Amino acid sequence: MEEILSIARKSSDSAEVFQLTSTRTPVQFEANRLKQIQTKESVSTALRIMKNGRVGFAQANGPIKAEDIVNMALETCQFGHEANYRFPPQSDYGKVEVFDGAVEHFNIDEMVKTGESIIDAIRSHTPDIVCEGAVACGAATCSIANTSGAQFSFRRSNFSVSMDGMLVRDGDILYVGDILTSCHPVLDYRGLIDEILRQLDLARNNASIRSGTLPVIFTPFGVSAALLSPLISAFNGKTVLDGASPLKDKKGELVFDRKFSLIDDPTIAFQPGSTPCDDEGVPARKNYLVTEGKVVQFYYDLHTAALAGTASTGNGNRNGGLPSPSPHALVIGTGVMSRSDMVKQIREGLIIEQLMGAEQGNILNGDFSGNVLLGYKIENGEISGRVKDTMVHGNVYHLLHEIAGMGNDTRWIAGFVNTPSIYCPAISVSVK
Amino acid sequence: MKDKLFAALKGQQADYIEIRLDESSSSRLVYRGERLEEAGRTASSGGNVRALVRGGWGFVSFNNMQDLAAKVTQAVQHARHVGKEESYFSPVTPVIDRVEASFKKNPVEVPLSRKKELMDEYNRLLLDTPGIQTTSIGYTDVKKKVTLATSEGAYIEQGRIDLNLRLTAIASRDGDVQQVGLSMGSRGDFAAVEGLHDQVRGIARRAVDMLSAPHVKGGTYTVVLDPILAGVFVHEAFGHLSEADHIYENPKLREIMVLGKRFGGKHLNIVDGAAVPGYRGSYKYDDEGTPATKTYLIREGVLNSRLHSRETAARMGEQPTGNARAINYVYPPIVRMTNTYIEPGTTTLEEMLGDIKEGVYACNWYGGTTSLEMFTFSAGEAYMIRHGKIAEMIRPVVLTGNVFTTLHNIDAIGNDLEMNQGGGCGKAGQSPLPVSNGSPHIRIQNCLVGGK
Repeated sequence: MEEILSIARKSSDSAEVFQLTSTRTPVQFEANRLKQIQTKESVSTALRIMKNGRVGFAQANGPIKAEDIVNMALETCQFGHEANYRFPPQSDYGKVEVFDGAVEHFNIDEMVKTGESIIDAIRSHTPDIVCEGAVACGAATCSIANTSGAQFSFRRSNFSVSMDGMLVRDGDILYVGDILTSCHPVLDYRGLIDEILRQLDLARNNASIRSGTLPVIFTPFGVSAALLSPLISAFNGKTVLDGASPLKDKKGELVFDRKFSLIDDPTIAFQPGSTPCDDEGVPARKNYLVTEGKVVQFYYDLHTAALAGTASTGNGNRNGGLPSPSPHALVIGTGVMSRSDMVKQIREGLIIEQLMGAEQGNILNGDFSGNVLLGYKIENGEISGRVKDTMVHGNVYHLLHEIAGMGNDTRWIAGFVNTPSIYCPAISVSVK
Repeated sequence: MKDKLFAALKGQQADYIEIRLDESSSSRLVYRGERLEEAGRTASSGGNVRALVRGGWGFVSFNNMQDLAAKVTQAVQHARHVGKEESYFSPVTPVIDRVEASFKKNPVEVPLSRKKELMDEYNRLLLDTPGIQTTSIGYTDVKKKVTLATSEGAYIEQGRIDLNLRLTAIASRDGDVQQVGLSMGSRGDFAAVEGLHDQVRGIARRAVDMLSAPHVKGGTYTVVLDPILAGVFVHEAFGHLSEADHIYENPKLREIMVLGKRFGGKHLNIVDGAAVPGYRGSYKYDDEGTPATKTYLIREGVLNSRLHSRETAARMGEQPTGNARAINYVYPPIVRMTNTYIEPGTTTLEEMLGDIKEGVYACNWYGGTTSLEMFTFSAGEAYMIRHGKIAEMIRPVVLTGNVFTTLHNIDAIGNDLEMNQGGGCGKAGQSPLPVSNGSPHIRIQNCLVGGK
């Protein structure tokens, strides 16, 4: 890294090197048994330079000569975007704990045992089910250095346990599943088993539902599948800057129900989405996006913030290219209603657990349509069975404008969103 | 290199071991509205070892090429940790071959300045259209060389050049935002993304028109799909269920997916094959060294064959089809599609529309996904069909179907097969894999459409 920075410094006005080194060991299960053990080691190095007022960028996955990556970045520099920001100097990155050494070389036999005991528990409940999943541990070192004097490096551990079950009954396929993630080893996975058994119990019988407008409960999985993508897009500083966000001129306005709050929070200890700084060295911080229904803030990286005349919110994240604004870990404010109380209030309605295709609509506008991959019918205050071949159509802004109740059942979904169930009075349902 | 790889493979107790090395370089241009957001280059090199011992797999991936023998040992240890029964792995004659990347107008040799000039032209056309709020453009080309050496003595070097372009026109009015996209791709021919000016103007115009379009009422309709969306449909509706890794260890699904089962009418023929030349999913050998084939998944409406890796073929007692593909060295090969299409029939579009009183004409794509049984595919653009004519534009629709009924409901297949080379396929975290999809126009009766 130092060599790249020192060569880059000579041929450009300023430079930044970002390096990610990681090791990951997934233990994979297929068809109810151990199938494959993997070890994945990787190193990637990204160089961003500024020269003659423009930004150049090159990335190497794997080893590369310092001169080569500098030359690649110089080649792109003549076309790059305007250098309208500076690389941030060294700063106080605060203390966000994201590394547990116990994860790093976690015993493979223990991981195998975890997967096998989950599969055993599920199969003793439903013998015909076919389970597939993974127990994975890993650690990464993230390093940033730039010519403004910043030099920072931290380690992050990650442990995940995921299991999906597929149950085939007379041309009828049911999927159930859950995932737990942490920077600590996941030693208590009882919650995952309970969740999968709960899904199996609720989906035991099929129920038919009618087309029309019905009340709906999105479970935490349902919130993540149906409602999240449009919000992630709308709060992205870049979408706002381009005028393509429906929220672009709504800052300070009451757009959502007062019961709805949304925070991007990378500061929670030992959560996989947490981090002391973003991928361009800006200290990460808690960003309040929606407070009691009011739009408070959008999220920015350095470049977008400079274009928008504001400051980076520490959301410059990389995905194989230059940083761009993206959230670290979204937290939706919890509520007070139990899920069973929500169900009791509904005479005829729908619970959405998994929705297929929701991210393929015009998410800019908040519209979504999807096939209810896993969902249940509510009849007279009780869950009567699984619905199938059912489409729902909604708009995130309409749904979240009038919320009947926020649940008290908040949980993490895949380490990226923390949300309760959300109960909305009306969604359009189409059935074959 | 060959000797080095074979040396590393020696002296291990395993049923099968492969080393795959992967070297690639790519360049990309990303625009958002007026701004060229990114002009970047990436160079990648890495490799992996995969070992099979008594039915169990070990896999080790790395960037650091030093001490390959130690990586082979680690993969074999992992496999031994897993393996408890016997290995199933179809025999394939080991070959020694070298396949150079094929190209017409080599995108790698087109200067970045020319690529930028072309993208600037398209972007200007979009932005100059009244009503267009902003744009999004992503251009990528990748040159890649993959080297495979196996413990059976195969040694294959294959090169490929892939390029991909996605242009999106975004229109906005009174807080409403609508978009229309255009995706193009090619195996090594920059000309595929040149001269698109008329199509680019078209997406801009339609994005603006879409702002005034109403939502369709949700429900079942007679639906006509254009070749692009029908290609996505065949990929989602049947392609994924043909991938044998979903089926081979699931006794009940094997019963349902028994060869000879009827899925559609006599006029329905569905093909997948990397041996179909010239498309983004074409190649000579897959990532296990199996020669590419052309496979009839459905022939005259009946389940005829499926897509296999060497393991799934052996476990099901069928022939490997050369469909084991890995997106890069970080992943082991899994069963994937290549070039998937519905073979053309004889109906013209006019005849297909002819007797529809009220229906939906769905075109272009946003995407699609499947749970094997139920699937969704979303149109990028849609129109009502009224009395046999394509009528007013409506907002884009998401369509859904069920594999056990929807293929039976295809009652007309057009004579106008087109392959779509844009986009890519995702499975098990490996995305986007270069594939192509295609179809003629098709008509589906009784198709469920999401809407207000």
